[in-house]
Amino acid sequence: MTTNTLLRWGLYAVLILFAAFYLMPLFVMLTTSLKSLEEIRTGGLLSLPREITFAPWAEAWSTACAGTQCEGLRPFFWNSVLMAVPAVAISTVVGALNGYVFAQWQFRGANLFFAAILFGCFIPFQVVLLPMAQALGFLGLAGSIPGLIFVHVIYGIGFTTLFFRNYYVTIPQELVRAAKVDGAGFFRIFFAIFLPISLPIITVSVIWQFTQIWNDFLFGVSFSGPGSQPVTVALNNIVNSTTGVKAYNVDMAAAIIAALPTLLVYVVAGKYFIRGLTAGSVKG
Amino acid sequence: MEWLERNVPKLVLAPSFVAILIFVYGFIAWTAWISLTKSRLMPKYEIDGFGQFERLFAAPRWDVAMNNLFIFGGLFIVISMVIGLLLAIFLDQKIRAEGVLRTVYLYPMALSLIVTGTAWKWILNPGLGIQETVRGWGFESFTFDWLIKPEMAIYTVVLAAVWQASGFVMALFLAGLRSVDTEIIRAAQVDGIPNHRIYSAIIIPTMAPIFLSAFIVLAHLAIKAFDLVIALTNGGPGYSTDLPATYMYAMAFSRGDLGQAASSAMVMMGVIFAIVVPYLYSELRPRRDH
Amino acid sequence: MKSVLAASTAVMLAAPAMAEPQAEVLHWWTSGGEAKSVAVLQEQFGAEGGTWTDMPVAGGGGDAAMTALRARVLAGNAPTAVQLKGPAIQEWYEETGLADIGAVAEENGWADVLPEQIAEHMKCEGEWCAAPVNVHRVNWIWGNKQILDEHGIEMPTTWDEFNAAAEKLQAAGVTPLAHGGQSWQDATVFEAVVLGLGGPEFFQQALVDLDPEALTSDTMKQAFDEMRTIRGYVDDNFSGRDWNLATAMVMNGEAAFQIMGDWAKGEFLAAGKEPGTDFVCAPTPGEGFLYNVDSFAFFEVDGQDKQDGQALLAKLIMGPDFQKTFNLNKGSIPARTDVALDEFDDCAMQSNKDMNEDAADGSLLPSYAHGMALRGAPAGAITDVVTAHFNSDMSSEDAVQQLADAVANAM
Repeated sequence: MTTNTLLRWGLYAVLILFAAFYLMPLFVMLTTSLKSLEEIRTGGLLSLPREITFAPWAEAWSTACAGTQCEGLRPFFWNSVLMAVPAVAISTVVGALNGYVFAQWQFRGANLFFAAILFGCFIPFQVVLLPMAQALGFLGLAGSIPGLIFVHVIYGIGFTTLFFRNYYVTIPQELVRAAKVDGAGFFRIFFAIFLPISLPIITVSVIWQFTQIWNDFLFGVSFSGPGSQPVTVALNNIVNSTTGVKAYNVDMAAAIIAALPTLLVYVVAGKYFIRGLTAGSVKG
Repeated sequence: MEWLERNVPKLVLAPSFVAILIFVYGFIAWTAWISLTKSRLMPKYEIDGFGQFERLFAAPRWDVAMNNLFIFGGLFIVISMVIGLLLAIFLDQKIRAEGVLRTVYLYPMALSLIVTGTAWKWILNPGLGIQETVRGWGFESFTFDWLIKPEMAIYTVVLAAVWQASGFVMALFLAGLRSVDTEIIRAAQVDGIPNHRIYSAIIIPTMAPIFLSAFIVLAHLAIKAFDLVIALTNGGPGYSTDLPATYMYAMAFSRGDLGQAASSAMVMMGVIFAIVVPYLYSELRPRRDH
Repeated sequence: MKSVLAASTAVMLAAPAMAEPQAEVLHWWTSGGEAKSVAVLQEQFGAEGGTWTDMPVAGGGGDAAMTALRARVLAGNAPTAVQLKGPAIQEWYEETGLADIGAVAEENGWADVLPEQIAEHMKCEGEWCAAPVNVHRVNWIWGNKQILDEHGIEMPTTWDEFNAAAEKLQAAGVTPLAHGGQSWQDATVFEAVVLGLGGPEFFQQALVDLDPEALTSDTMKQAFDEMRTIRGYVDDNFSGRDWNLATAMVMNGEAAFQIMGDWAKGEFLAAGKEPGTDFVCAPTPGEGFLYNVDSFAFFEVDGQDKQDGQALLAKLIMGPDFQKTFNLNKGSIPARTDVALDEFDDCAMQSNKDMNEDAADGSLLPSYAHGMALRGAPAGAITDVVTAHFNSDMSSEDAVQQLADAVANAM
């Protein structure tokens, strides 16, 4: 009994130690964002703030300069929403249909094609920047939010297809066969049988895609134009000063603000995320 | 009409097929072409031969970058898996406040590294961060200065990468543990088999597919690791923490040496191919007649 | 309205209808004082009836902006004006062509008010294709006045003096040099050392003309030796430190010196420190002036409104008014030599005086570390060697050999 309690304590100790490790950077960011610049300049970077100030947060949100426009992160937030929501939605729908085909409507060469899509997940984005710029120019989508949505959908369908295929592959093929005998078509079967059980995996796909797209910087900086820059590009503009004074407190506040939507998604939907993964996406 | 009915699945896949063909494989082909040219600031299309590859292999910095990829990639994947599995097993012991802990472990994946990098830089800096703090507690000889040691700095990149991804791996494994048939476990417990044996002999072997899924996610993150290095060390000290992705970016965009960047990209694609294709093969093969 | 006409008479006369000048400006001055400085330009542009579209992209000292620029050019919608500097201007001219702004330059007599070396940077095949904003001096050494006085140290005028001062400080337990171990900062110190030890002529041969003999010469070995010595004067935790944190060390008395361009002054001033009483500025030991000139170049665009915008922007950038306000904000000095400097501080005055004197005797030189002397590939190759040497125990012999190889490989 005593060894058991001891073990139990050890277990909690390890878990809490790890929690501290994971929280450390957030702690640093949070405390720094609440200090005045004067205190940062003179005091330790990792110490608790002597005097708490929320001014950096206000500045980061509404008055910090990201270029000649000094309205903080606020205007760019909306750009990111306009970009992320459709991109997540479209790539999830496409991934669901693709996964459904790969899992239940096998045809010759399907596996090879699936492998080709998966390999596409691994392509480093730096490689595709320049040809993609040319392609977007050709399509007339350069420097616009639709262009960004397009790019994110293209490079997102690999993962969403993987998620949905691995989820749907666990559903017995007899089910589809029986439905076909009853005269149901491709879409009927999808909407009647597959969609209703898809909530967990949709959650997984949405969380993954939303995180990737919201946090993307490389595509955002290359394919946006004036007025369509996403929040990560604005964040980068606020925190980067080549030859000027660095306002670390505002930087940190801005970083936390820019990350709030994804943080929120993880906190709120994290439970469903695990549940979604449990429901079979990782069973292969 | 019947034709349509029969070919719906293929028609559904067609747009993705075209997109992947052009935007993945077409672009790889484009890069291959550029790697054979003398492109500088902007792409040029006159084929010049393999000069860019000769330059690439003659550059000491590229050697460092490739070495780092293997050190970083290997350690990152193994450590993330070990920590992920460990945390998942621990969390599976009917822990109080499991939800909170899970979220804490998972949240780093939600953050981009643009500024987390600054926080990490401070934490790892011996004069500002952990070393200084611990010394402040009275342990004067405590040393943690990997960030400033060229031969150790790559491990700080591993550390930050593990911080970011291991929680996600934990989630994958936890999901796996929860989906193991509880009947079997109960039966084993009834038979008096000790807990660690239940894990090592019954539960973990059934999770093989999860190891593969975790591997693909981690390998993908390792190969694409870019923001991490830029934010944390920017390749330094010297260029000791350069990775192929940062090398390629530096050549293409800060140095106006596009041909060189394309040749490094092709070598990278080769490495990815060598790692991913066997995985895909093993993953897809047995499911043919599933 | 009159001045708009004057600004672009050449273009306007040919134009059938009057269009409102338009400019989309891609730049990486996005934050704090830098952003405010650009905002001044935007304001003036607006006051003259123009519409300014801002396209800020910060990061990596312009790397991210250059990435965006390539994407824009490849997509076929180049921005009207781009922050571009050094030989990159001519490189872009060769690859894609740049707009000729000769008419504006002639009309406003740019040739008469710019030092010749700097004017050369603004020309593509003899035609004006860029407008300079400012001149940063790169080879400054900053000192904490109190520490120096305490130990009876003068600002060094030779590297030997610097070494002696550093030894003395070190013996007294003071960190002699605040340095941030980022490759561009290593390069900044390196070029100051090369200039100081080799003199302006050697600097020109080695880091501008890339003469292989100069690159492998004994002087270059000495420069690497000095870098090794300097490595001993920085504190243990210098790796990856941002330059402004190094400046803060000098400010707070944790270190005596910093070798950094005049943007460091902005940090001192922002903290309320006074030049001459709290901190001292001096050129790095030796002869010569290394400049880093920021400028804007103009891509060829269609549409009268955009071309008018380019002409107006070019005129405003070189306007005495903007040059003064901008540089007061940014710590640099105006590129124009005829701007009154009454409101500038002593360091800026000295910078201006030295620039004019050095321009006359040929020791006004482009900074290699800040992309003024060389194109990207060779400059990057040199930095790779410099930073690898500084951060390891590579010998000076190996370093010069690698330097020559790397330069040859980058050509």
